Amino acid sequence: MNRLITLLISLLAAFVVGGLILAVAGYDPFEAYEALIVGAFGSKNAIANTLAKTTPLIFTGLAVAVAFRGGLFNIGAEGQLYMGAMVAALVGVYFTGLPGLLQAALALLAAGVVGAVWAGIAGFMKVKFQAHEVIVTIMLNYIAISLTNYLVNYPFKAEGMVPRTETIPAGMQLSRLLPPNQVTTGIFIAILGCIIMYWMFNRTVYGYEIRAIGHNQDAARTGGISIGKRILLAMCLSGFIAALAGAVEVLGVHKYFVSGFSPGYGYDGIAVAVLARNHPLGVLVSALLFGALRGGSMNLDRQTDVPTDFVIMIQALVIIFVAIPWIIKKVKLMRKRGNSVGSQS
Amino acid sequence: MYAVEMHGITKRFANTTANDSVTFTVKSGEIHSLLGENGAGKTTLMKILYGLQQPDEGEIRINGVTRQIDNPSVAIKLGIAMVHQHFMLIDSLTVAENVVLGYEKRKGWLFDMAGAVQAVEQLSETYGLKVNPRQSVGELPVGTKQRVEILKALYRQADILILDEPTAVLTPLEVVELFRVLRELKQAGKTIIIITHKLNETMDLADRATVLRGGKNVGTVNISETSPAQLAEMMVGRKISFDQAPLSAYPNRTKLLEIRNGILRKHHVPVLNGISLEVNGGEILGIAGVEGNGQTELIEAITGLSSLDEGQVLLAGRDITKQSPVQMIESGIGHIPEDRNKLGLVGEFSIRDNLILGYHNRPSFQRFKLLKVNNIKRHAAQLRKRFAIKSESIDTKVKALSGGNQQKVVIGRVLSQEPIVIIAAQPTRGVDIGAIEYIHQQLIEMRDQGKAVLLISAELEEIRKLSDKIAVIYEGRIVAYGPRDAFDELELGSYMTRGKAINEPRKETNADE
Repeated sequence: MNRLITLLISLLAAFVVGGLILAVAGYDPFEAYEALIVGAFGSKNAIANTLAKTTPLIFTGLAVAVAFRGGLFNIGAEGQLYMGAMVAALVGVYFTGLPGLLQAALALLAAGVVGAVWAGIAGFMKVKFQAHEVIVTIMLNYIAISLTNYLVNYPFKAEGMVPRTETIPAGMQLSRLLPPNQVTTGIFIAILGCIIMYWMFNRTVYGYEIRAIGHNQDAARTGGISIGKRILLAMCLSGFIAALAGAVEVLGVHKYFVSGFSPGYGYDGIAVAVLARNHPLGVLVSALLFGALRGGSMNLDRQTDVPTDFVIMIQALVIIFVAIPWIIKKVKLMRKRGNSVGSQS
Repeated sequence: MYAVEMHGITKRFANTTANDSVTFTVKSGEIHSLLGENGAGKTTLMKILYGLQQPDEGEIRINGVTRQIDNPSVAIKLGIAMVHQHFMLIDSLTVAENVVLGYEKRKGWLFDMAGAVQAVEQLSETYGLKVNPRQSVGELPVGTKQRVEILKALYRQADILILDEPTAVLTPLEVVELFRVLRELKQAGKTIIIITHKLNETMDLADRATVLRGGKNVGTVNISETSPAQLAEMMVGRKISFDQAPLSAYPNRTKLLEIRNGILRKHHVPVLNGISLEVNGGEILGIAGVEGNGQTELIEAITGLSSLDEGQVLLAGRDITKQSPVQMIESGIGHIPEDRNKLGLVGEFSIRDNLILGYHNRPSFQRFKLLKVNNIKRHAAQLRKRFAIKSESIDTKVKALSGGNQQKVVIGRVLSQEPIVIIAAQPTRGVDIGAIEYIHQQLIEMRDQGKAVLLISAELEEIRKLSDKIAVIYEGRIVAYGPRDAFDELELGSYMTRGKAINEPRKETNADE
């Protein structure tokens, strides 16, 4: 309860500071916030648009949060997302003949597995060679983005000027909830993913062990937990979920793979996870907040002269204000561990 | 003549009363020990004296004059200084710079470095506090940093020196040195208050002691007229046994744990160097030794955290040398680690989750990898009661518990799972007297049930109190072994520090047979 209040105050502070900066720059902050809110939630279409932007952020936020729980920093959600998107598009275009629903399921599964393998490389490198997962996942991002770029420009390029694959069959596309808006049944898959991860962390031995490793690796090892296996599992799960973000975008929104389709959902996932304090259900709320900022930014552009960069600034402020109390706490804890030997204070 | 008089001090926090009309007086020129268990209110009382906290009620007199101490700078002006447990030093500055910080000497506009160095050298000579004024503080060992803190207090012309748990971070040798310095300061007429929960130190150093319990003053005594047992009783509120535990009466002692010629190398250096020992069921074998003589590696070899390079570990005759930690746990090796916060507990986890760590794959806690949450809760509730773990609930995070209660979580977890052999490493480190007694009783109870207990402790007293047999580890080997009454303290000390008996000057021993 206390933590929730701190969180809300931090959020409020971020918006107040954002408003002050706007005011100093000579804009009307109230007008800007009104335009944002109306743009995000003002109408049925606005809400649908917000939810469409929220869907991939739930996946990537959840992916980063799952790895974080195990003490792993998966910066590679963006690359895993591109790999997943490409695999989903290829299954859609080339594995024809199956009933639509089955084909969609197969595409999601194949995308997830490839994403898991992609992130699993970083997990393996960490376990086997103590290579830091931050470095490895960043490298893998470059490889994934370049590789999918190559595939979509040469072997699997559709006719025309645009570097994209052929369109996937209509039968396997995720249906739109409020056509023509881009929110699809994919959002239910995302929500289900959060619930499953919540359950996994709290009700299964795997989740218990991953959490133990994330908090205290030495105690986990002493408690007989095999660290390597669980790190690999956490990384693979994270990659699986991040890849679903890409697959759901392809199957629902774009209907084909197109070069550079993600506006950095993988990186925003880090912000979503931090705001959610890595809680799988918290991810839903924080993804919605970031989705609403993205959703409302178009209206902000239309209605006011406030530059849309303002939205990015707000995102940054939210992270700063949410992260600061948390970082301070961590530093204090580290200091305390550093030089105290059992006593009151 | 009293240097400090605190009358009727009361300090309340949100839901506790840290000090409940405490009266505390310190004579000028004495060393006064402020004793009490963790949470008894010692630190709060001293923070009030130093102006870090304001009392809700009460009066403070310094050298007979009533004073209002609103903040530490008032206290410093009155000649009061506090050496905190967490040193308030700046690592990147030199010793001299740290000492004069806030009260710098100047030469016109400029900081007078030479003057600062000279002042520190002078103080260091006067009181026998050896430091190099030009060395930067970051490079100093803990004991020396503490010396810098004391110098800082003396530089500010403190007459009343408060030290908060000064020995908690020191090695035994540094403690000896600190006590020498404190006695010297007393000679020079300074008044010293040490906050502690250690009885030996109080008996050794102090002139008088005041005991706090639950925020109240239980009494002030002259050290010459008291005993550790009386002080312990005052601290805990009941009689505490200092007697040796009765020897084991368990009838059929079979060999449960055996190590044969164990060799373990770290970075090509043998840290276990042909170690052999055996522990029978129904016995406690105490391993005495100066820390760093292979105790940690011995524990690791038995618990699977590392494997012997040569030699064997046998559990009831079965070779378990190369088993993994989880296999060791399942074979019946119960492990109470030497560093509970690092190795034993996940601080962010609840008591409930910590009570299954290591045993969470047992059928009673999971099926098909799904946790049996109800069983786990019931298990936690039972253990919380049986081991008297003081906490709000089983969902309390372990990091919020006191050291003693944290250790009860570790011990409860191991003892409830029917181990065959118990490895108890430093089982009472950083734990209150009351909890120490409880933990000792639990270990003896396990012994009486026929389990083999391997006790590894840096506290010689603990070894002598509990063990049926004693072995001394020195440079990775057992250099002495026998029933507990076979050695007196001097003999043990000689084996521990030189690896030889007292009357055995330069000959190699072969006592591990």
